[in-house]
Amino acid sequence: MTTNPTKPAAKKLSMQQRYSALTRDIDWTPSYVSEEEMYPHTSYEGIKIHDWSKWDDPFRLTVDAYYRYQAEKDKRLYAVLDGFAQGQGHLTLSDPAYLNAMKIFIGGVTPLEYQANRHFAYLSRHFNGPGPRFAALCQSVDEIRHAQTEIHTLSNYNKYYSGMHNFAKMHDRVWYLSVPKSYFDDALSAGPFEFLIAIGFSFEYLLTNLLFVPFMSGASFNGDLPTMTFGFSAQSDESRHMTLGLEAIKFLLEQDEANVPIVQEWVDKWFWRGYRVTAIIAMMLDYMLPRPVMSWKESFELYFEQQMLGGLFPDLAYYGIRPPAGVEQAIWEKDHLSHLVYNTFYQFSHAANITTSVPTQDHQQWLAAAYPDSFDAVYRPKWDKLEKMDAAGNRFFYPGLPQLCQVCQIPMVFPEHGQGDKICERHSDFNGEHFNFCSDHCKWIFDREPEKYVQAWMPVHQIYQGACGGPTIPDVLAWYGYAEGDSGEMVGNVDHVNWKKWHAQVDDSLAGREQMEASLAADGVGVKEAAK
Amino acid sequence: MTATDTRPVSVDIQETEDNRALIEAIEADNEELTINHIPGLVKLQAPGRLVINRASVEERLGRTWETHEFQMAIVTLAGNISEWDEDRIVLSWGHLARD
Repeated sequence: MTTNPTKPAAKKLSMQQRYSALTRDIDWTPSYVSEEEMYPHTSYEGIKIHDWSKWDDPFRLTVDAYYRYQAEKDKRLYAVLDGFAQGQGHLTLSDPAYLNAMKIFIGGVTPLEYQANRHFAYLSRHFNGPGPRFAALCQSVDEIRHAQTEIHTLSNYNKYYSGMHNFAKMHDRVWYLSVPKSYFDDALSAGPFEFLIAIGFSFEYLLTNLLFVPFMSGASFNGDLPTMTFGFSAQSDESRHMTLGLEAIKFLLEQDEANVPIVQEWVDKWFWRGYRVTAIIAMMLDYMLPRPVMSWKESFELYFEQQMLGGLFPDLAYYGIRPPAGVEQAIWEKDHLSHLVYNTFYQFSHAANITTSVPTQDHQQWLAAAYPDSFDAVYRPKWDKLEKMDAAGNRFFYPGLPQLCQVCQIPMVFPEHGQGDKICERHSDFNGEHFNFCSDHCKWIFDREPEKYVQAWMPVHQIYQGACGGPTIPDVLAWYGYAEGDSGEMVGNVDHVNWKKWHAQVDDSLAGREQMEASLAADGVGVKEAAK
Repeated sequence: MTATDTRPVSVDIQETEDNRALIEAIEADNEELTINHIPGLVKLQAPGRLVINRASVEERLGRTWETHEFQMAIVTLAGNISEWDEDRIVLSWGHLARD
């Protein structure tokens, strides 16, 4: 209905028109300052942009649609969280050991969401074009939503289980959490275009599926409905972020041919940096889900080899981009990665905020079926040996500190490409100092920007320099903010014992206590010992 | 059409009651669809191209459905979003011409 009959009724704008009105029509050309003064960060990386209006968002997202759907996603999630908490849902998990994966998640991933929120907020001011500014703004708001919903989701478990109570401090201090932290710090301290390739393209597009999809499916299979729900809720934003990442790389490649070699180096660097961080996901998928869903090998083949190498990279070849250096090695390593990493955590879990144990025989059978080329031949004998030591009362923890790779900060446990039995070690000297690397690709990353990587905060070096609370392991763990039950062997741990107690109560039988004692005794834990 | 056009595109959708109509609409409109179930989600894959039509979803849902609502259902995708307007969403590989 219109109040002015002489004027035809305004037609509702199409999605494309609304998007364009939002992202183009509210932009202006500065007149009091030059464009360079207004956007000071977008020229020093050598990237040439001729026409910012060529940036396109296939989602055609506008503010009203964005907030409407995000609010709906949150409503659904919080309904699940409430129901789960009220119904004592934590007791329906497959096993308390499952939560070790969540301890890694809240210490390793959630703080990255917050960092992403901060940096995308910054970029939403600093790109010259309104299209990428608005996309960065939406992603920034998404990321704070992810950080908040993850903390809310896991706070319910924190009431009952150890290892999560101090996640923000642990993220800054704990040795293995420096792996994801340093990865993100590396991206935050790069220029705006490199950040887009690092986080938008490499992390969100190439690798995010490996983190969220099979893992959240695992949460579903192990009774963790809240995590499944936040995971899929976050991942629905992720598909937008993937689109942004893909748009970013195509936009840079189309703008100027001189951008191609710069972007190729970033793709090489950030694939490898991201791939090394996903080593921890490999371990979670293969060893930390009491009911495993999909092996690392299978997810890597499906989500990386098939979808990215098979689908995406032929498209990027059109612009002169080849698959990242390091891809061949990553493909070869898929038979080894998770086994090496969990073995390392097994030996160092007295100093981690998680507990570990030798995988059960059933679980080892699953691993053997998932890894026919490597598990029985190489890794089962290692577990047999560790199990024997444990049974003899000599549970093995590594008594020293490991040598770390200067770039990925992971202990140097990775093999030479193609040689499962030989550890790879590479070195560079810079300004009279000696640096170690786990692979040719980490060494290449260092040699390309040594001034940057010599400044890395290396957890082991910091401990030796006396910067982490004191010279002994208990001093360091106190400085990490650990409490009793956060670390060590899983069997007999406070979470394990509580779990048996709570289930004895839930069973509500007169024999409940006896059953609990018998069950703990079967695990080799005395009740008196457990009560400590 | 070139040989590369048969590279698989896919969407992973949360397997919920709300999404059943959407999944059925995609099944009906894409002849060579492969469907795989993973706990909590369903993976729909098609060679080269996958289309989601608003009208097909509405027919099965019994109410109006905006293509924006697809964002509530999707977990991840492989392929370019080559079209997204009021009436349909198309995923495909291949180089896109820019306007």
